[in-house]
Amino acid sequence: MIKEKHNLKVNIAGVELKNPVTTASGTFGSGREYGEFVDLNQLGAVTVKGVSSTPWKGNPAPRIAETYGGMLNSVGLQNPGVEEFIKNDIPFLRQYDTKIIVNVAGKSVSEYCEVVERLSHADIDLIELNISCPNVKEGGVTFGTDVKMAHKVTKEVKRYAKQPLIVKLSPNVTDITEIARAVVDGGADGISLINTLLGMAIDIHKRKPILANTVGGFSGPAVKPVALRMVYQVARAVSVPIIGMGGISTGEDAIEFILAGATAVAVGTANFRNPRATIDVLEGIKEYMVRYGIQSLDEIRGMI
Amino acid sequence: MKEIKHALILDNQLIADNIYKMTLEADGIAREAKAGQFVNLYCKGEAKLLPRPISICEIDKDRGRITLVYGVVGQGTKEFSTLKAGEKIEVLGPLGNGFKIDESKAKNIIVGGGIGTPPLVELVKQLKGEKEVYLGFRSQSILLEAFKVYGANVHVATEDGSEGFKGNVLELLKKNNAKGEIIYSCGPKPMLKAIAAWAKENEIAMQVSLEERMACGIGACVGCVCKIKEKDELDWQHKKVCKDGPVFWSDEVVWDD
Ligand SMILES: Cc1cc2nc3c(=O)[nH]c(=O)nc-3n(C[C@H](O)[C@H](O)[C@H](O)COP(=O)(O)OP(=O)(O)OC[C@H]3O[C@@H](n4cnc5c(N)ncnc54)[C@H](O)[C@@H]3O)c2cc1C
Ligand SMILES: Cc1cc2nc3c(=O)[nH]c(=O)nc-3n(C[C@H](O)[C@H](O)[C@H](O)COP(=O)(O)O)c2cc1C
Ligand code: FES
Repeated sequence: MIKEKHNLKVNIAGVELKNPVTTASGTFGSGREYGEFVDLNQLGAVTVKGVSSTPWKGNPAPRIAETYGGMLNSVGLQNPGVEEFIKNDIPFLRQYDTKIIVNVAGKSVSEYCEVVERLSHADIDLIELNISCPNVKEGGVTFGTDVKMAHKVTKEVKRYAKQPLIVKLSPNVTDITEIARAVVDGGADGISLINTLLGMAIDIHKRKPILANTVGGFSGPAVKPVALRMVYQVARAVSVPIIGMGGISTGEDAIEFILAGATAVAVGTANFRNPRATIDVLEGIKEYMVRYGIQSLDEIRGMI
Repeated sequence: MKEIKHALILDNQLIADNIYKMTLEADGIAREAKAGQFVNLYCKGEAKLLPRPISICEIDKDRGRITLVYGVVGQGTKEFSTLKAGEKIEVLGPLGNGFKIDESKAKNIIVGGGIGTPPLVELVKQLKGEKEVYLGFRSQSILLEAFKVYGANVHVATEDGSEGFKGNVLELLKKNNAKGEIIYSCGPKPMLKAIAAWAKENEIAMQVSLEERMACGIGACVGCVCKIKEKDELDWQHKKVCKDGPVFWSDEVVWDD
């Protein structure tokens, strides 16, 4: 066992996380399932699956395809709606000593506002605005790939948010820094990235796409270099805290993101291969700190 | 806490063209497992990232073993087929809900298709009463002896006629004028859909084990959904095959594709 002399705490827009490790939205449900594999008390925060104003059915199956070192998903934000979420999932998560980050989905500016307004009265710690889901036709990524729209939706939503607002960016853009500046300008208190890259896989025997939706979001270890580059660029462009994600499955991966400027890190697809991935990442970060005598991650954050 | 186990492979042998039977020492899984549940098998490394869901074919609670029967269809199952007795494999389970065995039924019909046949072996082993097993294959049958050992009457259909009845398993059910109080079934979706229609016509309750592409296998990612009725064909919900299934009642399923 490593002695916990060092300080793992990180601060995201005034909310203190006991350590920098959270979960990537949509890969961890609301923590119930993986809570049977890891002690949720050990996580800095749990970021839950995207919630919308009303229940969404999501896309048809097949929704999952494996690709080399990664995967595609076209879940399409299936969720039971914000009321069910507040009723069932917040009380569950509040049993644990961890922060709650709620990922918000919407098809229009007014839907985003409606969900955020509802959540602003709920017992949660941070809001993560998902303007970057490639799997829904309206809303989602159409907001995240247009500078003006990204600015507008952030600004509108910010008026309703009582908790700090993190905006989650899409990597499917030419210049990520433009979008990052636009959302910070609109009032974002933090940025998380990356959401999934738009991808595709074809079954050559059936001569059909594997996903019923034809295209889907690409994630997992294979996307890490792209994610890291974007975190690096955004960290230089804006001064709000960043939650970095995309292919993180070890402590070393997480340290790379922190060196590139991330305040916290989220573990997503890696959970599917290793249900203990979040804790392994946390342990890996601690080991690195011990090895190099680091007291606080502030010492190395954004060094690159 | 639950965890992935490194299970010892006791045996891993070719039992038919491209089909392998693997026996694992997996005490915890064997103790808990029910007929119709599955396990996640993991490949080495991260290139093949996602678990492969494989049904539990037989459970040996006394010796703490499970057997799996799998077809080699892609990279993952190919890797499994190269593993030797004495090596270990990462496995998580048991997962999902198994068949709901109804002991009040004296006459059971069991219908399997192709590589959907394996989980029916443990089911037949546990069922009491009469067991009429109908199996459909493209050309080569598997596991017939296993069913016979557990007291089933086995009827085989092959598409090319190389074994048993030439045709599909539904035609064989009809030809034999099969009678039963309940049907348990696992196989390709078109087969399940056809048998479900026949079961409905004949007013026989039927359980089906469905398959879908999965990521987590434990209910967290909402990747593996099927359409399950709330009230009717138009009023349905996407349910998780891994967590809510894989076994459902056939009249709950929206059989639209
Ligand atoms: C609940 C359940 C029980 C199953 N039981 C058995 C069994 O007892 N015996 C058996 O031979 N097969 C079974 N299958 C199918 C088996 O999971 C696939 O054949 C296997 O995952 C293929 O892996 P691969 O790497 O060889 O193929 P690849 O095509 O290389 O796999 C690529 C990806 O697609 C997924 N995939 C490919 N085919 C299927 C499929 N038919 N169903 C679900 N995912 C698929 C793989 O898991 C992997 O993520 C079951 C599937 C499910 C959902
Ligand atoms: C199955 C699945 C579902 C996802 N659902 C959401 C979601 O609801 N909201 C969201 O903002 N991102 C969602 N994502 C994106 C992840 O949160 C994350 O940004 C992305 O997968 C990259 O990280 P990773 O490579 O560690 O998975 C989802 C990803 C996957 C694989
Ligand atoms: S595979 Fe993740 S919910 Fe079923």
